[in-house]
Amino acid sequence: MLGKLSWSAIPFSQPIPLIAAGGVGLALFAVLGWITVKGHWPYLWKEWITSADHKRIGVMYVLLGLVMLLRGFVDAIMMRTQQASAIGHAQGYLPPEHYDQIFSAHGTIMIFFGAMPVIIGLMNFVVPLQLGVRDVAFPTLNSTSFWLTAAGALLVNMSLVIGEFARTGWLPYAPLSETTYSPGVGVDYYVWAIQISGVGTLMSGINLVTTILKLRAPGMGYLRMPMFCWTALGANMLIVAAFPILTATLAMLTLDRYLGFHFFTNEAGGNMMMFVNLIWAWGHPEVYILILPAFGIFSEIFSTFSSKPLFGYRSMVAATLFIVVVSFTVWLHHFFTMGAGGDVNAAFGIATSIIAVGTGVKIYNWLFTMVGGRLRFPTPMLWSLAFMMTFVIGGMTGVLLAVPPADFMLHNSMFLVAHFHNVINSGVVFGAFAGITYWFPKAFGFRLDEYWGKMAFCLTLAGFLIVFGALYVLGLEGMTRRLQHIDFTEWAPWLYVSVAGIGVMILGVASQIVQIVVSIRNREALRDETGDPWDGRSLEWATSSPPPAFNFAVLPKVHGEEPYWTIKRQAIESQGLADEPPYEAIEMPRNSATGVVTAFFATLIGFSMIWMIWWLAALGFVGAYATFVVFAWRDEEEKEIPAEEVARIDRARRAARSKWLEENREQPA
Amino acid sequence: MTAHAQDPYRIGRGGGADSTTGRGEGGPASKRTTVGYGFWIYLLSDIILFSGFFAAYAVLARQTAGGPSSHDLFGQERVAIETAALLLSSFTCGLAGVAAEKRKLVPALAWLLATGVLGAVFLGLELIEFAEMIGMGAGPQRSAFLSAFFGLVGLHGLHIAVGLLWLGTMMAQLWVKGFRPQVLRRLMCFTLFWHALDIVWVGIFTMVYLMGVAP
Amino acid sequence: MARQGTRLLPLLLLLGGCSGASILRPGGPIGANNRAILLDSLAIMLAIVVPTMFATLVFVWWFRAGNGKARYRPDFVYSGRIELIVWSIPLLTILFLSGLIWIGSHALDPARPLAEKTPPLEVQVVSLDWKWLFVYPAQGIATLNGAVVPAGVPIRFRLTSASVMNSFFVPRLGSQIYTMNGMATTLHLRADQPGSYYGQSAHFSGDGFSDMNFRLQAVPVAEFTRWVSRVKAAGGLLDAPAYRVLARQSQHEPPKHWGAVQPGLFDMVVAQHLPPAPGPEQGRDDQPQISPGTAE
Repeated sequence: MLGKLSWSAIPFSQPIPLIAAGGVGLALFAVLGWITVKGHWPYLWKEWITSADHKRIGVMYVLLGLVMLLRGFVDAIMMRTQQASAIGHAQGYLPPEHYDQIFSAHGTIMIFFGAMPVIIGLMNFVVPLQLGVRDVAFPTLNSTSFWLTAAGALLVNMSLVIGEFARTGWLPYAPLSETTYSPGVGVDYYVWAIQISGVGTLMSGINLVTTILKLRAPGMGYLRMPMFCWTALGANMLIVAAFPILTATLAMLTLDRYLGFHFFTNEAGGNMMMFVNLIWAWGHPEVYILILPAFGIFSEIFSTFSSKPLFGYRSMVAATLFIVVVSFTVWLHHFFTMGAGGDVNAAFGIATSIIAVGTGVKIYNWLFTMVGGRLRFPTPMLWSLAFMMTFVIGGMTGVLLAVPPADFMLHNSMFLVAHFHNVINSGVVFGAFAGITYWFPKAFGFRLDEYWGKMAFCLTLAGFLIVFGALYVLGLEGMTRRLQHIDFTEWAPWLYVSVAGIGVMILGVASQIVQIVVSIRNREALRDETGDPWDGRSLEWATSSPPPAFNFAVLPKVHGEEPYWTIKRQAIESQGLADEPPYEAIEMPRNSATGVVTAFFATLIGFSMIWMIWWLAALGFVGAYATFVVFAWRDEEEKEIPAEEVARIDRARRAARSKWLEENREQPA
Repeated sequence: MTAHAQDPYRIGRGGGADSTTGRGEGGPASKRTTVGYGFWIYLLSDIILFSGFFAAYAVLARQTAGGPSSHDLFGQERVAIETAALLLSSFTCGLAGVAAEKRKLVPALAWLLATGVLGAVFLGLELIEFAEMIGMGAGPQRSAFLSAFFGLVGLHGLHIAVGLLWLGTMMAQLWVKGFRPQVLRRLMCFTLFWHALDIVWVGIFTMVYLMGVAP
Repeated sequence: MARQGTRLLPLLLLLGGCSGASILRPGGPIGANNRAILLDSLAIMLAIVVPTMFATLVFVWWFRAGNGKARYRPDFVYSGRIELIVWSIPLLTILFLSGLIWIGSHALDPARPLAEKTPPLEVQVVSLDWKWLFVYPAQGIATLNGAVVPAGVPIRFRLTSASVMNSFFVPRLGSQIYTMNGMATTLHLRADQPGSYYGQSAHFSGDGFSDMNFRLQAVPVAEFTRWVSRVKAAGGLLDAPAYRVLARQSQHEPPKHWGAVQPGLFDMVVAQHLPPAPGPEQGRDDQPQISPGTAE
């Protein structure tokens, strides 16, 4: 009846996951209880859970990502402390079968459920605003994408208490991940969580590519799109081209595990090298899926806070597309040590270093964006500058790893761990924090507290440098990664240094949380009335903060690369806003529970497939199908916002702008 | 000189570029364009999914682990009928699209039904082939070659099965609700989907069945 | 370039200390050449990275909003000359580096024999769950979790895996290489000086992975010959049945040796005449122990 599921699946003998899960469960119940007592459910259901508004979905994506980043960070703390407390004869506090789950979960969560949702969330929120349109191409699909990602995250967290998570590393290399060597449900949790969220990611990619290519304000040709839209386009094209490879690979692994196929097994002619090739044919583009939008964020921030347009815009576009194409030709550098021979290794090594050219061009263009500027240094700019300084080091160590003879010694070492944390942390995570601080006032109508923001920045940067500095050294000292205990005692000092570093990072994370709490409490003082708190240049700053559901009362007409800057200059020069446009009623997509209901059934399918409860899985499929039919049968897809309502909202925005013009009359342009 | 003329972006583009939608400069595209475009991108991603399985088949085709090889297994007659049914169904699917363009409900439904029947014939024949192979001990667990075969051909069959479910649901909707814009858009997407599956089948037919028995 | 590399060395050694596993203290020609390429590439890149970082700091300081002396040039958004430089600096660096990559990849390909007159000693390596088996085919002996090799003699390692993938890595001797079931990889190394070299698996392979480290003892040639005869005299036979027992999962295995080995054992593993190792007993369908706490 319940497949493999029984009481023995719950690790009663393991206090750590139980206490952790108990704590999380209690917090969750407290939040749910509070929502119920306060009667917030109808509001949450109508305005958030079933919302098809790209801004709301974007915010939920970022929130999910941040929560999961926190979970992944806890895993990181456990890994650092375990290694530091298991040197010589000591065994630390995590036995191997638990430690192996921790580092597998850390990587999986950080990439798939931390970094990806934050980046996709920012793209979701910002891209339609920057393009000057009202929503993404497929709003209900967008909601479904988000909820499927959340379903995947839920499954990963369920593995904490029910069963186990994969003990194979964040990429389940065959044959270790085959049933012969991993008979438990851990790999199944991994596979189903990633497949379900992967469908969400793919649909999100299709949605955003279509949005960027087909929905833009009148006059916004390709070479007038803000840089962030270009990099988002690049990243989403990569999603469309790369994620199906991941889906195919994991589907083959699933067939091996469930039906005894032999794609990657040791037996019957299976080929494990094919798994490694396929997974990295997705895995390397995935790196650029994460980093390209971050590059876009930095481009926006450098330009805004230098009070200058981006230097070498077309060159930046070219560099972005160059990276998109070349990222598919470098996957083999993840396994130079497989013994493919000099020609193959050299070809992929050279291809890998060529991709650094695109990144190098971007670095120099940001540098020249600042030349001749008037630089301001609020928190988003600080994150961006820290990125510039540290990312070049990560890029440099990356090219070192692309040199096969050097990689023969550094492969899978702590040096490698330090390298990819160096690029992902200073690229993606700093980029995400920069982007969140930068667009937070747009989303919520008030800025984040600068004092605590700078505090968080300094502590995070310091902790990051200490932790990964120590790891670089450990790699040169010959230490390999994923060790549960360390027999070789000479590595101890640097392991202690990395623990000290992560202590500083904990303070940094705490400061981030304090920053949010303080900002919410001081929100009246931090309020952004004009919708343009940073003296911005692209269209998202043209509307109010937070923007109305329809973003723009009238779609802006674009006549140049920096449409909002032009509008603002004209307003300041003529000391008045443009004439009030004629308002018309606006059709907006209706809310839909399709996304959340589909995700519910997807979770059901995933869970019952993991535990082999076949009837429940069948029920899940029937439910999902019924949900689609109900969605397809609905009669009204859109609701109308009457012209008077549009006029009322837009007049309020115009009043705030006029007031701002009035107050800033004395200041020269 | 207007601001318009001074804009260097306009140079060499002629004046009326704003009204063309080709580069999206005339503002957001119509719903029909957007849906069709988005579905095309989905199809591209689906082709990449298939290419993963094609690659696996290419790698594993000779890994028979002492079991039967493609020469021992594949006959031509059944595959020929399967191919004919599928190609014909693509044709009837196109005719359904033409009938829908003219808003003729009964012919449209009839052609869709023909498409569905032909698809079901294809799927049925494929399932019989699978059952026979498994019956003679040439199931997917026998060797990596057979795993790759069942994976690739099975994935295509799964697509056909999902397509049939979609087709049935859409026919019911067409019957109940008539030619609504959203139903017409879905019909357009289905046509694209069905043709894409045809193209994939041509690939499978060539790589698995023709090259498999070539000396 | 090599000289620049050597100049960096003291700094890196200072950072890295000098532990007995440091890749910056090579104990043989492969490690030394790998290190030379590592340091050369580092030097090439530092030549552009350091000025870039320096320029960033200077520009950020000079163009701060409060600096009245800095000229505000909001229209400085494009310059063909700068674009040319911006593309050519990384491009030229990478071109230069590509030469290094091409030459290095071929010269230091693990399968390439060391160019010397001394014939190499063949050592066959099998990674098991979770221990290392070393077979000396010419000597007809085998060792577990520890090996002895003659110093100054090139070693030709042939490697495979009994189960999952591992990576054979002796950091101070240089290159590592994967071990995979059903196939053999080749690696050539040499230890110049007698000594004890730390070795490990550099690819995660399951719960017992952390214990997959060993000592590679490099001894003078005469001492090696004596060691071989001692091992032979000590007896013990590693044949197919003994190998099957050995292939079962186990952790914390102490080093041991066999005085005789069934001929062709390694090739039988590669050709899968000896089937892949069975993996864990727990967690199968008939034994529904799934949670990690019950895995002992």
